[in-house]
Amino acid sequence: MSEFEKRVREIEENASEAIKKAADLDRLNEIRISFLGKKGILTSVLKSMKDVPPEDRPMVGKWVNDARAVIEGRMEETRRYLEAEKQNARLKAEEIDVTLPAKTKAYGHRHPNTSVLEEVERIFVGMGYEVIEGPEIEYDEYNFTKLNIPANHPAKDEQDTFYITDDILLRTQTSPVQARIMEQGRLPIRMIAPGRVFRSDEVDATHSPSFHQIEGLVIDKGITFADLKGTLDVFAKKLFGPDTKTKFRPHHFPFTEPSAEVDVSCFKCGGKGCRFCKGEGWIEILGCGMVHPHVLEMCGIDPEVYGGFAFGVGLERITLLKYEIDDMRLLYENDVRFLRQF
Amino acid sequence: MNTSLSWLKKYVPSLDVTPKEFCDAMTLSGTKAEGYTALDARLDKIVVGKVLTCEPHPDSDHLHVCTVDAGSGEPLQIVCGAPNVREGIKVPVVLVGGSVAGTHAGGESSEGIVIKRGKLRGVESEGMICSIDELGSSSEFYPEAASDGIYIFPDDTEIGADAVELLGLHDAVVEFEVTSNRVDCYSVIGIAREAAATFGKEFCPPVVKETGNGEDVNDYVSVEVKDTDLCPRYTARVVKNVKIGPSPKWMQRCLASNGIRPINNIVDITNYIMEEYGQPMHSYDYDLIAGHKIIVRRAEDGEKFVTLDGQEHEMDSRMLMICDAEKAVGIAGIMGGENSMITDDCTTVLFEAANFDGTNIRLTSKRLGHQTDASQKFDKGLDPNTALEAMNRACQLIEEFGCGEVVGGCIDIYPVKREPETVLFEPEKINSMLGTEISEEDMIAYFKSVGLGYDEGSRRVIVPTFRQDVHRMCDLAEEVARFYGYDKIPLTLPGGAATAGGLTREMRIDSIVRTTVESCGFYQGYCYSFESPKVFDKLKFAEDAPERKAITIRNPLGPDYSIMRTTSLNGVLTSLATNYNRRNKAAMLYEMGNIYLSEELPPKELPDERMQLTLGMYDSGDFFDLKGVIELLFARLGVKEAREYTTDSLRNYYHPGRQAEIRIGGVRVGEIGEIHPDVMKAYGLGSRTYTAVIDMPAVYPLVSFERKYRGIAKYPAVTRDISMIVPKQITNAEIEKLIEQRAGKILEECDLFDIYEGAPILPGYKSMAYSLVFRRNDKTLEEAEITSAMKKILNGLSGLGIELRK
Repeated sequence: MSEFEKRVREIEENASEAIKKAADLDRLNEIRISFLGKKGILTSVLKSMKDVPPEDRPMVGKWVNDARAVIEGRMEETRRYLEAEKQNARLKAEEIDVTLPAKTKAYGHRHPNTSVLEEVERIFVGMGYEVIEGPEIEYDEYNFTKLNIPANHPAKDEQDTFYITDDILLRTQTSPVQARIMEQGRLPIRMIAPGRVFRSDEVDATHSPSFHQIEGLVIDKGITFADLKGTLDVFAKKLFGPDTKTKFRPHHFPFTEPSAEVDVSCFKCGGKGCRFCKGEGWIEILGCGMVHPHVLEMCGIDPEVYGGFAFGVGLERITLLKYEIDDMRLLYENDVRFLRQF
Repeated sequence: MNTSLSWLKKYVPSLDVTPKEFCDAMTLSGTKAEGYTALDARLDKIVVGKVLTCEPHPDSDHLHVCTVDAGSGEPLQIVCGAPNVREGIKVPVVLVGGSVAGTHAGGESSEGIVIKRGKLRGVESEGMICSIDELGSSSEFYPEAASDGIYIFPDDTEIGADAVELLGLHDAVVEFEVTSNRVDCYSVIGIAREAAATFGKEFCPPVVKETGNGEDVNDYVSVEVKDTDLCPRYTARVVKNVKIGPSPKWMQRCLASNGIRPINNIVDITNYIMEEYGQPMHSYDYDLIAGHKIIVRRAEDGEKFVTLDGQEHEMDSRMLMICDAEKAVGIAGIMGGENSMITDDCTTVLFEAANFDGTNIRLTSKRLGHQTDASQKFDKGLDPNTALEAMNRACQLIEEFGCGEVVGGCIDIYPVKREPETVLFEPEKINSMLGTEISEEDMIAYFKSVGLGYDEGSRRVIVPTFRQDVHRMCDLAEEVARFYGYDKIPLTLPGGAATAGGLTREMRIDSIVRTTVESCGFYQGYCYSFESPKVFDKLKFAEDAPERKAITIRNPLGPDYSIMRTTSLNGVLTSLATNYNRRNKAAMLYEMGNIYLSEELPPKELPDERMQLTLGMYDSGDFFDLKGVIELLFARLGVKEAREYTTDSLRNYYHPGRQAEIRIGGVRVGEIGEIHPDVMKAYGLGSRTYTAVIDMPAVYPLVSFERKYRGIAKYPAVTRDISMIVPKQITNAEIEKLIEQRAGKILEECDLFDIYEGAPILPGYKSMAYSLVFRRNDKTLEEAEITSAMKKILNGLSGLGIELRK
């Protein structure tokens, strides 16, 4: 082995040794400069080529280039290793306590009444119902007369109406929207009419002088009481869960005949009876019936051709039941500690 | 309406069901039973015992030590504290291990109190002798019972017999909710008829026999009805040689179960008839009826009358009176007069069973503020055909009880007899309404079970007059449905053409509004539509502010709920104050609800109901945070038109220098501001409060759901920042407007990024810095274009007295 070759090998070994010992990337860079830099050790070998006989120069050049390749290879390997080391150390240092509290984003809350109303609307819109609104201050004629509640009917007393004048009042029910829509004469009708209603009740845990109802009305040819039952059964199952059962009990409303009150199986205990349903297993949720032919006649619809059903749901009643709210006053106080729970 | 099962069973003898089964089935057939009370629920092992000996307790001044034969062999030793205990009487005895409803001290237990063997002041006691209160009732309903002491049975009572049975307490009282259309069910007979039909049992109403002696009632009394419109029927009979005394125990028990206190045989009979038939009666002392003449007429305005409860009433000419030849003796259908009432010395009684107009009775009772058991029956509108049978039934009971001699004949003023209605029977229509296939025979059977007749020939259903709710096919359908069973009707869905459901445009907009303001942190509240007229002062409205012209409720719950709101601010401010007072750190609330505006007061037409979005917050940001929410909202709603925030129309409830009316195209769409300190004080708010109101009807037409894609800019933008010294009174809006006009189409954005007042800026000036972004869509901007635009802008600004900052 020529002295040249020996020297190159030595440089290569020294360099490998130094690379092996390099503790960080800075050191590695120093090694690169000291061996491969312009003034580096290996470069200086090339510079001394002038002392080599011309015929040997290619050979020497090859030795130097091979050594450079080996050193660069080792260096690259070590650089990767050191970089990985460095990143791992950083990641290790950046470890966080994932159980620290979350940074919450301020987001508002929808009133529970609205959430329930939207759910009810979704259910009926899905069944092809239009959602319609009517005036909250209403004529006596729509609130009572056109719903088969003539002057001096005891139902007018029972409802404890707020009057503005003899003819104008705060509607006691959403049913007047029925009359308004039927009068327009566009048939068939499938609609629900949610809205605010008023009755002269003092405020307490279960009463409010202002609350909300959702009226439903279907008018078409060949509508049956069985259709009413089926529709409300679907509604109850969608609102309270697929295992919900419905019970229809005869009742009386002036604007429907036959009429019914509807109970749903208690969605807390499934009907076994609990504190929630007062041990009954059933919870009353709405009133309904087949639209009275006289109501149809008063709205210009021929009861011999068309018929239909109507129902009315108390929104607050469902809200209180669904969210287990035990005091209706909470719905109107607007305390943020209450509202943020929904 | 409450009544006992045992009373109902008098008319449905074969009824054999538990109270629970009874209530459930009745509810499903349309006579809703709200619940029942089993009178013996807490009573156990109570028998009749005879007090054999009764000695004073050696260690007490009021207790007695008794030996009692309770029919169980060895006599029992029982210590008793009742003042009326004595040797030889027969009494209810609770055996050891049995239970009673309460203690003599008035305490009651829902599970009953179990009686144990024990010692009372050292003397052994094996059971308890009880009072009627301890059995869960009271001497009010058992007039023969001592009010302070143990119950004493008649001497001939069998020792060891079931005392609860003898007292009629193996019974249940059912509470019915009768609907207003079923007037007939405000009677025991009416409910019994429904019960018989519900359980398929025979219905046995009372058989009313002929009563009366050979005399003629017309020789005793005459009746003249002057106002037959208010009194369609008046019947009267006379009973002489009346012997006032207690009524039989069975009748007392019946009355007690309906919550009526037994008084004497005559009163009890009329009360019994009122419950049995639902027909109120009245009894007058015949000798106090002047001229032995009854005149039924309207009262005179201002006429004074004292009812038998001692109350004086002022009558008016809309009310009906029962009078004799000289004076009024009763308010028709409500209460008789003190001047003709039955007393213990009464010997001849005049019975009245009349029919009065229900509405008139209801209104009279309301006007007088006087509701009675009778008025509550009459105001439902009774069947006039019941009056005579009820009258004759009462006389029959008089004869049965031997408490008087009934004079023959009956006065019956009944000018227009009410006849049964008939309704065409159309079974196929009934089935097609119900969605069922019920046979004609079954339908007819259901009708007959509740007393509706059927005429085969005319195919018409004959509706007896007591059923005032059956007039047309749909009413017959209900009769069929409830006895066929609502639960047996199938579940189907409406057929017919499909309909496209959906929300109205306004509802969709409202929904976006809710989602947007909630995404900004606002919580939805609900506020009342009515409020106090004081809110206008609280909100510093001018005396002549149009908002003060609010619609007034004629019969409000109170002055605080007496007007329909014309501004939505009070609701949100009140709610914010509630939160503030409850120490909630911060609150952001919004409400969507109507205000009610009317040109004319009182309104002749329906008012303008305007949906208002009201936002309010404290400790959650400042004016510009709230303005940001409003701007985001308009952006979400696709309102393309520019919003102007103007200060030329000031509201007193806002800070005079921190408020704006929001206008679009010159039209007011809302307002925003910081609440005035006076108003904050009035509401009890201690932190700066910001509110905004958006008048939704003004916004709806501006909303656009349409979005069209515009190409994303291909050429680079150039940004130039300018910082300047601005006279204080020049607004951002003026500067932006100038920059936009001067820069022309190449200006893409103009953003204020810094504003500063104070040293080193001179007083009366402010420093403002804007970032301007220029871009062309068709090519890269050239420097010259920007320089030219900037030059125009700077010239314009200096025209306003604005200088660039050096």
